[in-house]
Parts: sequence; structure tokens; C-alpha cells
Amino acid sequence: MVSRRDFLKITGTAAGTAALTAVGAEASAPHPKLDPDRLGVLTDTTLCIGCRRCEWACAEQNDLPHGDLESFGDTSVFDEMRRPHRDSYTVVNRYSPAPGSDKPLDVKVQCLHCEHPACVSACIVAALEKSPRGPVVYDAWKCIGCRYCMIACPFQIPAYEYQDPLTPRVMKCTMCAERTLDEGRPPACVEMCPPEALVFGRRSELLELAHRRIAENPGRYHPEVLGEKITGGTSWLMLTDRPPAEIDIPDLPDESPAVITETIQHGIFKGFTGPLMMFGILSILMKSSSDKRKEDDNG
Amino acid sequence: MADSMQHDRAAILDKEAPIAISISVDDPSLDHHEALPLAGRSAVPFFTPGVIVLSILAAAGLAVLAARLFFGLEAVTNFNDQYPWGIWIGIDVASGVALAAGGFTMAFIAHVMNNEKYHVLVRPALLTAAIGYTFVGLGVAIDLGRYYNIWHVMVPSMWQGNSALFEVGMCVMIYLTVLYIEFLPIVCERFIGRVNLPGVLGRLNGFLDGLLRILDKTLARVMTFFIIAGVVLSCAHQSSLGTLMAIAPSKLHPLWHTPVLPLLFLLSAFAVGLAMAIFESVLASRSFKRPIEMHVLSPLARMVPLLLTVYFAAKVIDLVNRDAWRFLFEANFRALMFWIEVGVGVVIPTFLFLSHRLRRHPVWLFTSAAMIVFGVVLNRFNVFVTGYTPPYGEGRYFPAWTEVMLTVGMISLIVVLYRIWVFVFPVLPAEEEVEHA
Repeated sequence: MVSRRDFLKITGTAAGTAALTAVGAEASAPHPKLDPDRLGVLTDTTLCIGCRRCEWACAEQNDLPHGDLESFGDTSVFDEMRRPHRDSYTVVNRYSPAPGSDKPLDVKVQCLHCEHPACVSACIVAALEKSPRGPVVYDAWKCIGCRYCMIACPFQIPAYEYQDPLTPRVMKCTMCAERTLDEGRPPACVEMCPPEALVFGRRSELLELAHRRIAENPGRYHPEVLGEKITGGTSWLMLTDRPPAEIDIPDLPDESPAVITETIQHGIFKGFTGPLMMFGILSILMKSSSDKRKEDDNG
Repeated sequence: MADSMQHDRAAILDKEAPIAISISVDDPSLDHHEALPLAGRSAVPFFTPGVIVLSILAAAGLAVLAARLFFGLEAVTNFNDQYPWGIWIGIDVASGVALAAGGFTMAFIAHVMNNEKYHVLVRPALLTAAIGYTFVGLGVAIDLGRYYNIWHVMVPSMWQGNSALFEVGMCVMIYLTVLYIEFLPIVCERFIGRVNLPGVLGRLNGFLDGLLRILDKTLARVMTFFIIAGVVLSCAHQSSLGTLMAIAPSKLHPLWHTPVLPLLFLLSAFAVGLAMAIFESVLASRSFKRPIEMHVLSPLARMVPLLLTVYFAAKVIDLVNRDAWRFLFEANFRALMFWIEVGVGVVIPTFLFLSHRLRRHPVWLFTSAAMIVFGVVLNRFNVFVTGYTPPYGEGRYFPAWTEVMLTVGMISLIVVLYRIWVFVFPVLPAEEEVEHA
């Protein structure tokens, strides 16, 4: 016979279980499927002339502090390697010419918009999201400012407005989502680029274009499209004349780091089976140890 | 006497309902008559020179907190785009969670395994966990750029089940609630029969007393659920805290980065939970000039070598498995930190705790426990701070003095709050119990 008290306990536990399982189902919803026609950009670093007009266009588009267009002609900034910053979503760095060439290699740095972004996987409130159409976009309103995205990003791209006491934002390239997604226009940097070192379009077509350029001009290019496979692929692709390590791209596997944590997370918490089983086992342990103590006390 | 009557009654009930699937045990707040508030019976006054120093440090920490709120993170920290997390995450949050593990490990040993001997340690451990986790939450909030958005984590439309941080955040919030519920019987016990409001409010005394009695009875009925839930929630987020850094394989040094980081965090939490219970019990006894509870601490210490050995074995197997052991023999700062973490924090205390003689020696017992506490703090610090090697560094991160001051201030505040609570609430065992045993 089950007493009323026990009955209440059992139903209470069952209700709790149901609630938690519902949470589990909600929380482990799969990634939005990527659109086969998703957008991307191809940077052909061998065409870049280091004019830095993309930096100006980006700052103009995204309301970042900047001087006039002429001030971006200053090449003394190439004396040191720069990184994207809260005041600049993109920067161009200059590397010395490859052996047998006299033209330096200018490399534009910005968010690569990973296909399986670690920052998106890390974000506690889904403030960062991968649009099925390509860009990794940020919603400052949702953001709580934990900066876990900055820990997660293998390319070390996101910057933070530490100086702002009240409404600091994570700062990174958005692939001009408001232009590319809403209006179908190219990102500001692409539109500005004089030598057309930047091409905007469907990622699948850009990938074909990149492979065609390598095939037609094998001496000019490193035989790998950067972004095709690295960390599960990126929406922004790059052609270079040298191995990625020589332009300070970290040596990363073809799998997104997010796979590691997502495997662990879902392994342990899928449907809350693990925690619920543990709850059950502990309940049995507690019951049997208390029974044993009663026996000991009585006997 | 009352206890044995309760047992008899329970035995009779069991006979009547032999197949009951109840998971109920005797009232888990049965340590009732074993604990008393220190106020009025303490050999030491509340204010001592040490308490005054701690209060000043706490005030300095709160001043840094005010500066952070008004002038922003940049004004008081050395965080930058390469090192977005510093000692506030490494020590205040990650180590804070680990050191509060005494709450669930003692609940498991004393309540789930029904080991009555250890009941005297449950309330102090519970109090440490409740205050500790409160400050973990506070520590997180201070570090957040938009702390006022912290409630977003509870909004279903913003839930993000892929995020290890989401799991940690949810679990910590629920567990903190569970800890407060587990502490409520102690508050009830303090005030039942003693509600004495001044003046006209005195008319409410009887009513409030009745409410407290109802609350106490209700809590006693459901406490089993919360005790088990507390253990499950703890295991979940102690491990998920390790999952956090697993997302940065290219940035976290191979001595620490491993997919089994969550397992290592959990195993070390078990060991440090017991070590903390010993560490704080000795500290409290010294501070309040009470006899050290060797009769429970020594047997508790006996369990520690096994837990440490399991943790150590997991760490070694993992290093060998990933071929990362070769980094141990590089002559650099990180390798040194690893050696200290494992040598001082795991290997040496394992041997110290194995010795029957040293376990019965208060100074050695305390030293060994302190080494484990140090080792786990250093481990969390290494995983979140020293082991973090971003690809494009602009020099290393070194904490600003204001960061250190806030951390020191918060720890001081925790100690002062612990003292206030044990003076006001029945947390520490009654003196005669100790002497009798």
C-alpha cells in the first residue's frame, strides 16, 4: 500500500521530471540548417593593394570612430601587426613579399563567419547566431557580457568595449548583415575594394571561383582555399600565396571546437537521462542506508 | 530518546506498508538538538582584531566594486581582447564553486549514506556552500559587462542548450535556491518558540510562530527531495565548469586541455569537498576557541586518499593518452605550475592522509587539507588563467591591483558573514556534545 505522503512524493517527482525533460527538449534543439545558397565573401590576398579603403568603408558603415578617407592612405600602420578592435571590425596587415616577388602580401583580417561557429555554440543567451544564409550576427540587447564567445573563438576575433560601464558590446564584423541579408547588397568593404580583391556571392560559387583561380594560376596561389575546411569551414574564404601559418592563421583542425563541448553537453544532458538516473540511484541508496540504520538501531 | 521513538514509529509504518516505494527517511533536520548559535555561549567575542582587519578588506573590495559599476571594467581590470577572463572568473567563480563542494559531499556522506557521525559537519558545510554560492553568483555578476541582463538566462526564448555556460548558469541558480531551502530549517529552529517582535508587532508573535512551525513541518517532509537534488545539481555543474574550457582546444595549454576536463573537475570537487569540510572545521574551532572535532575529522580524512588517487589516476591516464606528458618536462612557467598543482595539491596530501598517525594530529590534518584546497584552487586558476594561451597575445595578462583587491575583499566578506551566521543561527554543534565525544 502506498501512503498518501508517498503518493505526493512520487507525483511531485514525476511532475519535476516532466518539466525538466521539457526543458531538455527545448534546450537541445538542433542548429538551424544552413541554406545551400548561403552567402559569403572571397578575399584574394594576391590582388590586395593595401589601400585600406575597406577599413574606411567598414567604419563608415558601422558607425565606428574614423578619420577621413585620405587618412587611411597612411601605410605606417603596416609597421606592426594589428588585430580587429572595438574601433575597427577589419584591419589589413602587410607581409613581406614571397621569394622571387617584389610585391608584399596584404592580408585583410575580419570575422570569418564560421559554418559551425564556436562563439555561437558558447553564447549563453543566443545573442550570437549563425544566420542560415551565412553571417554570424550579434544582438546586443540579448547579450549579458560574459565574453565566453571571446574565449571560444579560435581566430580570436571578437573585441569588447571594456571602457563602457553600462552598455558594452561585443564588437565584430557582421558581414554587413543589414545590407547583405535585408537588401541583397554586398558588404561595404567589398563594394569599396578598388582592385576587386574582395568578391561577394554564394559561398558555393565563391568556392568554385577560388579553385578555378588556383587551377589556372598554380604558381600564384597556395593550393588550398582557406576557409573551405578549417574548423568545419567558414563563410568567408581566402586565397593566399603562402601557407596560412605564414600569415598568422592558427593551425586548426577541420572540426569545429564546438563539436567537443556539444558532444559532452548532449552526451550528459540529452533528455536529462543522466541526471534523472543519478537521482534515482541516490534515492535508492538513501532509502537502503536509512533502512539499514533502522535495523542496526533496532537489532 | 526522541530519536529512538521516531525510529520505532518508522519501523511500525514500514511493517504496515512493506512495499512502499517511499524514498523518505527520518526527518533529515534531525541534527536539531546537536547545534546551537554561538551568541551568548562563545568563549570569544564577535569582534576580534582579525575580524576588524577582514571588515576593512571587505570594505576595500566593495569600493572596487563601486568603481567597476561607475567607471567600467577597463578602469579596474587588465582584461583585454586577448584575455577576456581573469582572476575574477578563475578564482572568485571557478575556485569558489569548487571550494563550496563541501555542501554536497557532506550531504551525500551524512544524509544519503546516512552516516550519523558526520551530521555535525553538515550544517557548517551547508552554510559555507550557501554563502560561497551566493558570492559565486555575485562574482559572475561583477564580471558581466551587462550584469543587469543576467535574468536573460532564465527566459526560455533565449535558452541555448549547446552552451556549457548555460548549463553552469542554470544549475548554479537552481542549486543556490536548493541550498537556501536546505538552510531554512535552521532558520525555523532558531525562531520557533522565540518569535519576539517589539511593541505593537508583538501581537503577530503567535501567528508568525505558527507559520514557522508549518514551514518547518513542510520542509521536513520534502527535504529528502532537495538533498538528493542538491547532490545531482552539484555533480552536473561541477563537471560542466570543466566543459567550459573544453571549447578552446587551440588556446588552452595541452597540459590542461582535454575532452575529459569535466570528469577531472568533478573528481577533484569530490576530494576538495571533504578537504574543505576539514579545513574550515579546524579553522572555526581555532577561531572560536573550541575543541577541534578530531573524532569526526580523522575518519573523514581516511576517505580522502582514495578520492585523490582516483583523481590523480584519471589525470595521469589522460596525459599519457593524449601524449601530453612530454610538456611536463619542458622548462617553463606552465610546466612548473602543473608540477606544483599535482605535487603539492594531490600527491603529497595523499600520502599525508594515508598515515594513521598524521590523520590524528590536528596540525598535520589541517596542513594536508589546506594543501588539497590550494591544489584545487591552483588547478582552476591554471585552467582559466595560466594555461590560457591565445594565438595573438599582446603580452601576458597580469591582474590589476584592483582585481586582486576585489577578490580579497569578497573572500574576507565571506568569512565575516560566516561568523555572523554561526553567532546567530544554530550551525555549530553544542559544546558539551563535542566534549562528550
